Parts: sequence; C-alpha cells; structure tokens
Amino acid sequence: MNKKPVIQFSDFTFRYAAQKHPTLKNINLTIYQGEKVLIIGPSGSGKSTLGNCINGLIPNSYKGTLEGEVMIKGMIPSQESFHKLSKSIGTVLQDTDGQFVGLSVAEDIAFALENDCVPTDELKSRAKEAAEVVGLDHVLKNSPQEVSGGQKQRTSLAGILIDQVDILLFDEPLANLDPATGKNAMELIDRVHKDSGKTVVIIEHRIEDVLHRDVDRIILIDEGEIIADMGPHEMIASDLFARYGIREPLYVTLLKYAGVTITPEMQPGYITTIDLASHKDEVLDWYCNATPAAHIIREQDVIRIADLSFAYTTKTVLDEIDFTIKKGEMLAIVGRNGAGKSTLSMLVCGFESGYQGEIYLTGENAIDKSITERAAIVGYVMQNPNHMITEHLIFDEVALGLRLRNIPEDEIQRRVEKTMEICGIDRFAKWPINALSYGQKKRVTIASILVLEPEIIILDEPTAGQDYRHYTEIMEFLKTLNRDIGITIILITHDMHLMMEYTKRSIVLSEGELVADTDSSDVLTNVDIVEKGSLKETSIYHVAQSIGIDNPKNLVDVFVSHEQRERGQS
Amino acid sequence: MKKLFNYSEADSLIHNLSGVSKLIGFLAMTFTVMLTYDPRVIAVVLVIAVFVFWASGIHLRDLKVVIIYISIFMALNFVMTFLFDPQYGEQLYGTKHVIYSFSARYVLTQEQLLYQLAKISKYAATIPFGLLFFLTTHPSEFASSMNRLGIHYKVAFAFSLTLRYIPDIYSEYMIISKAQQARGLDLSAQQKFGKRVKEYTKMIFPLVMSSLDRIDNIADAMDLRGFAKHKKRTWYNTRKLLRNDKLTIVFTLAVFAGSLMITAFVNHGRFWNPFI
Amino acid sequence: MFKFKTKELVATAIGAALFTILFMYVKFPTPVANTQFTTSYGLGAFFAVLFGPIAGALIAFIGHALGDTFLWGSAWWSWVIASGVAGFGFGLAKKRINIESGVFGSKEIITFNVVQTLAHLVAFGLVAPVLDILIYSEPVNLVFTQGLVAFLGNAVSTGVIGTILLMVYAKTRTQEGSLE
Ligand SMILES: Nc1ncnc2c1ncn2[C@@H]1O[C@H](COP(=O)(O)OP(=O)(O)OP(=O)(O)O)[C@@H](O)[C@H]1O
Ligand SMILES: Nc1ncnc2c1ncn2[C@@H]1O[C@H](COP(=O)(O)OP(=O)(O)OP(=O)(O)O)[C@@H](O)[C@H]1O
Ligand SMILES: [Mg+2]
Ligand SMILES: [Mg+2]
Repeated sequence: MNKKPVIQFSDFTFRYAAQKHPTLKNINLTIYQGEKVLIIGPSGSGKSTLGNCINGLIPNSYKGTLEGEVMIKGMIPSQESFHKLSKSIGTVLQDTDGQFVGLSVAEDIAFALENDCVPTDELKSRAKEAAEVVGLDHVLKNSPQEVSGGQKQRTSLAGILIDQVDILLFDEPLANLDPATGKNAMELIDRVHKDSGKTVVIIEHRIEDVLHRDVDRIILIDEGEIIADMGPHEMIASDLFARYGIREPLYVTLLKYAGVTITPEMQPGYITTIDLASHKDEVLDWYCNATPAAHIIREQDVIRIADLSFAYTTKTVLDEIDFTIKKGEMLAIVGRNGAGKSTLSMLVCGFESGYQGEIYLTGENAIDKSITERAAIVGYVMQNPNHMITEHLIFDEVALGLRLRNIPEDEIQRRVEKTMEICGIDRFAKWPINALSYGQKKRVTIASILVLEPEIIILDEPTAGQDYRHYTEIMEFLKTLNRDIGITIILITHDMHLMMEYTKRSIVLSEGELVADTDSSDVLTNVDIVEKGSLKETSIYHVAQSIGIDNPKNLVDVFVSHEQRERGQS
Repeated sequence: MKKLFNYSEADSLIHNLSGVSKLIGFLAMTFTVMLTYDPRVIAVVLVIAVFVFWASGIHLRDLKVVIIYISIFMALNFVMTFLFDPQYGEQLYGTKHVIYSFSARYVLTQEQLLYQLAKISKYAATIPFGLLFFLTTHPSEFASSMNRLGIHYKVAFAFSLTLRYIPDIYSEYMIISKAQQARGLDLSAQQKFGKRVKEYTKMIFPLVMSSLDRIDNIADAMDLRGFAKHKKRTWYNTRKLLRNDKLTIVFTLAVFAGSLMITAFVNHGRFWNPFI
Repeated sequence: MFKFKTKELVATAIGAALFTILFMYVKFPTPVANTQFTTSYGLGAFFAVLFGPIAGALIAFIGHALGDTFLWGSAWWSWVIASGVAGFGFGLAKKRINIESGVFGSKEIITFNVVQTLAHLVAFGLVAPVLDILIYSEPVNLVFTQGLVAFLGNAVSTGVIGTILLMVYAKTRTQEGSLE
C-alpha cells in the first residue's frame, strides 16, 4: 500500500494562553490517508486539544503559543485560511446540541453547503442523500427538540459527510449515547470509513465500544505527550492500560483473573478475534472454584413509586411505573435515550410536577414537599454539569449548598476539602471553573452534592466523559458511602460495565415503560431485555457462550465478586 | 415552548404563501396602520385581517389566552389614556362635542371618543398580522425571507439561531432554577427586594455562563463548517414566488400606497376629521 | 468594536434567546401599568459589554420583539426600537471596559453605570415616547410618564444585575499564563 500522510505533527508543542505550562508537548505523529485511528488517554490529557490542532480551531479560535510543525493535507493551519481547512476536515464535537444549528434536521445537514452558496434544489437533493447514508431520511423535517441524542449525532455526521471532506474527526462520539445506539454509531462510522476510504480519527473513553469495529492504530496520550502508538492487539496485550488508568475490555480483565497471560499473538484487540479456545480450561477452572458473593436482604423502603405516569405535553413519557427502593441499595436505572430516566428522577426530586400516581420518600408521600425539602432527602447530580455551576471558583461551588444551609465556615472548609480530595479535584481548588474539561466539571458537580450528605443520591450519567481512573475513584467512593454510611445510590447510566460492576439490581426503562426490574447480571445476559432496553450484552456474555458455560449470568456474578475482592485488597 | 408559536403545518391559502410575500404583507399592513389615524382606512385593514384569518383556517379558540391578554391590555390603555389626557381629542380635532361631563377636567367628548376608538382599532388591526405571520410560516423560512428583503444574512441567521435555541435555553432555565432551589436558593416573593434581586442574579449566572460556553461551542461548530466564508449564502428553506405570492405583494403594497395617498391628498394629515 | 464575526453573531442569537426568556418570565411589576421591572436589560447590557454595540442592539431588539410577540401576539414597535437603541448604547461601554482582562473595579463600575443610565435615558426618556407620539399619537404626558417609569426601573435593574454579572464574570477571566 502506498501510504500518503495526511496529518503530520513534528516536535509540536502547544500552550493555551491562560496556562503556564504547555498542554501538548513534543508531539510527533503521522496519520496516513485512509487510516482509522483511536486516540485515548486520561481526562485532561489533551486529546481534545490535539483534535483542535488538527481541525484548525487552534490557532484560529483559541489563543496560545505553538512550536514545531503541524501539516494537515499539505497545509499548515496557522498559515492557511480556516475555511480552506474546513473543506478537508469534518469534525463531530462531543456536544451534539451545540453543533446542531439548523431549525430542522435537513437544514442542519445542508448547513455547510448553504455557506458554499449551493443552489436550493441541489441542497435538497444532496441533504437527502447524506441523510440516507446515516439513516435519517424519515426525520428530515424534525426540529432539534424532536430528535434523540443518537439522531443528533447522526445529523452531525451527515452534516460533514455532505461536504466530501477527507478527514473525519470525532471527539467522544459515544458520550451520552445508549449502548445500542453507540454500537450503531460505531458501525455507521465504520461503514462510512470502509466505503469512502476517508481518514477517521476518533477520540473516546469507551474503548471496548469503539473496538466493536476495527481500528488501525491506538494512540495513547498522557499529560500532553504521546505515550504509545500501536495496533490494537499490541496495545491491549501491553500493560499500558493499567499503568495509565485506562479501562481495558472486560473480556481481557476476565482472562487475567483466570490467570491467562495476554499476548499479541492471541489477537486480543476484538472480542471477535481473541483466541479463547486455547484458554478455555483456565477460565472454566477459575469459574468452578469461585464463590459468588452472598445476597443481602434489606428492609426499609426509601423510595416507593406507585403507578407513576407523566407527560410533558400530550405524549406519555412515563407510563404506570411501579417500583420500590430499599435503604442502602445501590441500583441502576438504564434504558434507551429518551426512555424517561431523567424525567423520572426529576419527578422524584420535585423538579417537575403534575404526575399521576404516587411517590413516597422515606415512607411519606412526597406530593406536598417542596424542592428544598426533598433535597434534604434526595440529592440529584444532573447530567449536564454546566447546569449546576453557579460560582466561579471550584471551592465555592462545592461549598455553596453548605453555605446556604448556614453551616459554620470551618466545618465547611473541612467537608469541602475532604470531598474534593475524594473526587480528585483538590488541586483545582483555586481554579476558575471555565478552565476545566467537561469531565473535570462533572466531578465538581458530583462533589457539590456529595458534600451535603443526603440519604439518597441520584446521579445522572456520573461517568460520561470520565476516564477509568476517575471513574473508579468516584464509583469506589460512592460504594464506600453506600456501604459505610448506608446512603442509597441510584445511578442513571448508559455504561453497562458500571451497572454490572457496581449495582446488584437494575431497572430498565423503554419508551416510558418499565421493562425489567431484576438482578443486573440478569439484565446483561438476557437477550430479550437487552433488545427492549436498547442495551448491549457485555463481552463476558460472549466469553461464556464461546467456552460453553450454560448460564452466562453465573460467569458475570463470579467476575463481579472477583473484581470486588481485587478492589478490596488494593 | 417545545414548538415556537405552535406553528403547525397546514394546507391553507396563507400557509402556502412563501415567507417573503407574507413578510412583505405583514410589514405593509403594519406600516399602513401605524401611519394612519383614519378609522376608514383602519377598517379596511381590519376587514383584510378578518379575511386572512378566515383563509388561514386557524381557530380563534387556539388563541384564547392571547386574545384575553390583549383585551386586558387594550382596556387598560383605553382607561389610562382618558385619565391622563381627557382633552387630547379636542386638541387633535380642534372642536368640542360634549357627550358627558364627569367633572371639570374629565369631560367625555366625541372627539376624544373617536381618537381613542381609532387608537384601539389601530392595535386591533396590527395584532392579527403578527400572529398570523408566526402561526402560518415555518420558522426556518423567517431567515431566508428576511435575507431576501435585503437584511444582511448574518443578522437573518442570528434571528434564526435565536429561534433555534429559545426552547433549549428555556428548558435549561427551568432546570437550573429548580436545581438552585434544591440547593437552598429561595426565589419566593417573601424575600426582601434587594435580597431577591441577588438570588435571581445567582440563578441567572449559571444560565449565562453555560450560554457563554454554548456560544463558544456553536461558533466553533459553525466556523468548522465554513460559515461566513462568502459574502452571501443560500438557504435550504426558501420558496419560489408563485402567482398568489405576487398577488399578495402587489395587493398589500397597493393598500399601503393607497393609505399614503389618503393621508396626503384627502385628509391632509394623519387624522380624518369629521367634525369640521 | 463594531466587528460582527461568527462569535458575535452567535452571541447575538444566544443573548437574544436569553433576553426573550428573561423578558417573559423573570420580572417584577411596578406600580404603573404597562411597565415592568425586568431583569432582561441587565443581561442585555452584560452581553453588550462583552460583544459590542451591534450585538447589544440586536439582542435587545430581537429579544424584546420576540418577547412581546410571545406575550401579546404582536410587537410594540416603538418600544422595541427603543430597546434596540438602549442595547446599542450599552455596547459603547465596551470601548472603555476591557472585561476580558479581568479588571472590573470601581472605575469600570462607574463607567458602566453612567453609560447604561444614559442609554436608558435616551431610549426610554426620548426615543420610546417620541415614537409613541409619532406612531400612535399617544397623549404626551402619558407616554413621558411611562417612559420615565421604564427608564427608572430599567436603569436600576440594569445597574444591579448588569454590574453583578460583570463583576462575577470578570473574576472568571484568567490572567495569561496563570494556571499551573
Ligand atoms: N481554552 C482553554 N484554556 C486554557 N486551558 C485549557 C483550555 N481548554 C483546555 N484546557 C486545559 O488543557 C488540558 C487538556 O484539556 P482537553 O480538553 O484537551 O482534555 P481531554 O483529554 O480532551 O479531556 P476529557 O477527556 O476530559 O475531554 C486540561 O487540563 C484543561 O484544563
Ligand atoms: N422539558 C421537556 N419538555 C417536553 N418534552 C421533554 C422535556 N424533557 C424531556 N422530554 C421528552 O421526554 C422524553 C424522556 O426524556 P428524558 O430526558 O427523561 O430521557 P432519558 O431517558 O433521560 O434520555 P437520555 O438517556 O438521552 O438522557 C423524551 O422523549 C424527551 O424528548
Ligand atoms: Mg475532551
Ligand atoms: Mg437523561
């Protein structure tokens, strides 16, 4: 193959004007025509910054100092007009709302061509074609408020495909997508890549989900430097993931627990390629000797929902939901985008009213309780961190709830510092919020609710956009709270690993209906529920199938209890 | 707030007009009524308004709330005008035909009544066109129509973006105010005025900050897709002018011109004076 | 100061959307009919100082027009235009206040408030009543009373809310090379 470089960094260093130290250091990286590359790294490591150097936002939009050289399709971004560059690179940003600028799907897809003064008739036909490629042709007229998160993402993709760019850049395309939609998104990106031969660069934390389809190379960044640049098999067989706090695919962890040494020869990059057959005995051995964790029986109800129905306008969003949550539980609410998970929690917290049915909080009907009264019982960490932040310094933000409750300043100091340390944001205490990455902001909002120590905490997507190290820290912290103080924790999530690992029980919603309320390990291995809830089986399920364990649920249980033991020791 | 102005697609004479001709019609009618004080001209416009309303197939009951609001507003304005300046009619028309005398200052005259009725019908005549324009035109067509009338595409696009983000920012506003209340912010009316302003600012601030973030994001996304690379742009949502469009434009402009003529040559001023 | 690039354009749109929402939902009534103490001008002034007079004028103009239309079904053009004038006036303060540098001390506070008060005075003490008289032939003392009340209410609300927003915002601006 005759390889033509399209993205070339040599000795490239970049420092944001507001920063003292460079965010990217000595980057040497070449990406060739038609390659598909995955960029991974901890939160704040500079992945998005690197992406912005590729698409020209740096130096065109963000101020800072550059050293070294960067060359995109033979152009030097700092010397080229931004518009010329934008003809070669299409970017899909993490924030799908921000880039949906049209009043309807079709208009948004056509946006780039409108700017190019393409006549209206041609606009319409080309927008339709692009929409067909991504499967949106039936919602062309829908307004941004009428499409789901996954459809917004597809709109963005269609919006750059229409312009015949050569390089596609995705910054966390999977954040906030439900597992099945995420899977579809990866399949779609892969199909576009294969069909068109475009160069694809993906920045993502959810590595196993990206590796649902092939990638050519994985690039690992930490603290602004490229640590590794290798094929998926080599990368996964190395110890780099553990060293840099990145989550490896579950089946790899499982094999390691079973005592298998992972080598590149096993082709461990994808669940479809890994050689399980020759390690079947080791896994079976481990499986048969393990003892699943004992079941705890809980007594007291903290939340009881009876026949709850709700609609914002005329369309029913929640339909006769019934369930009970016991004190001290840690459970997950999962389900497809738009299923009503956030709505349900807002009803519980009193953010929305006008529902039918009953909500009981610690045994009392919540109907007459004000938002503030409910907040003393249920703390709600919202999906979008920007919606919660009112102060400009991080310390003050975390302290706000305590201050409004008139707690003495020295106690505030102590509690805030402790919470910030646990959430891994203590070093930012004196930073302004706007210098943080999305993931970092998310941690601030979690801290600002945790610090109030409510009886129940509902976390909406606590780990979206988080790296594995902070994910583990936060989840372990929540688990400690849950175990030691007995706080009930409800997690709304699209992350199947989180649900499997940290929750015993899951409630699955689909289109406003409760389709399952059962053991998490059950949910993930029951094809029917997976289908209805727009979820995705874990790779452990596939391992169980391919080595011939009849009941995959048991393997999941064994895996989780092993994992918890490991965590307990470390 | 999910859908602006509850625009809904329909197949009526008015819905099928292009945005440009509706905008021209709307402006022509609005300016006609703004400039004249002749009840006869206003009556003509009112008749047109009623016809357009009928032709659009929109039901009055859909507009109940708006109509109640407007009626209250107009009644209030009617009373206030009389309270503030009961002799304004006399000054305008130069005569005095007393109908009823409340006190030395408050004397109801035919002149005052004509003036106030003319004013009220002015309001009554402008409102339907604004409403109808928004109810029968797809928001996507606003921007392209404004641009075709000569407004710079950047301004037109800014307007379109405003409409795009109002529902999003509204739900954000609702959520933020709820979240702040949950954290202990008290926005109720019992608070002292000064304190209340402060608390409101606390609530507005995250909305503003997240909006500033949004601005950066949207501007990046637009730049990345080549916004403003040329001196003009085309629009996905724009319609060719058909026969009805041309008729609408000609007719409404003719009404506007006619009203100007009446002002200039018949009334010799903005007022029609039946008293002399 | 008069540049209108994508950033200013988007700021205009988002600012106008915010203005509309605050105009409709976040306000205090005053004793005089047809006039309210609204929080939206404080926000408009904040955006105008950040993004300049053109953005300021369009934000207040579009925001007021849309707010009126949502509430009443039709815009009250004389006052909408006055709002645009006020927004333009606020933006002139950008020349003397470099908010991005993070400095918003007493000198800037005074500048801002002098400018915004003058802008409101021209807009609601002059433009709005004169247009009311020209367009609707409203009685002179009615419109000037209304204008005066609006001027006072808006100037006070902008003074409080605009100043606080600018002060807090200035603190979020980081100095070059200050973060480690
Ligand atoms: N506009 C900016 N000004 C100053 N510093 C910034 C700016 N944007 C990002 N940074 C800093 O640069 C570092 C890298 O940020 P970046 O957004 O590239 O991280 P990331 O790897 O994409 O993280 P995440 O996974 O959380 O998205 C962070 O420490 C952040 O604080
Ligand atoms: N403020 C609102 N007004 C009207 N409809 C709304 C509003 N908020 C949400 N909806 C609708 O209600 C449904 C449920 O939304 P909700 O946000 O609860 O879903 P979710 O399960 O949290 O989805 P996601 O996983 O994407 O966060 C969706 O169809 C959504 O479009
Ligand atoms: Mg990032
Ligand atoms: Mg949600």
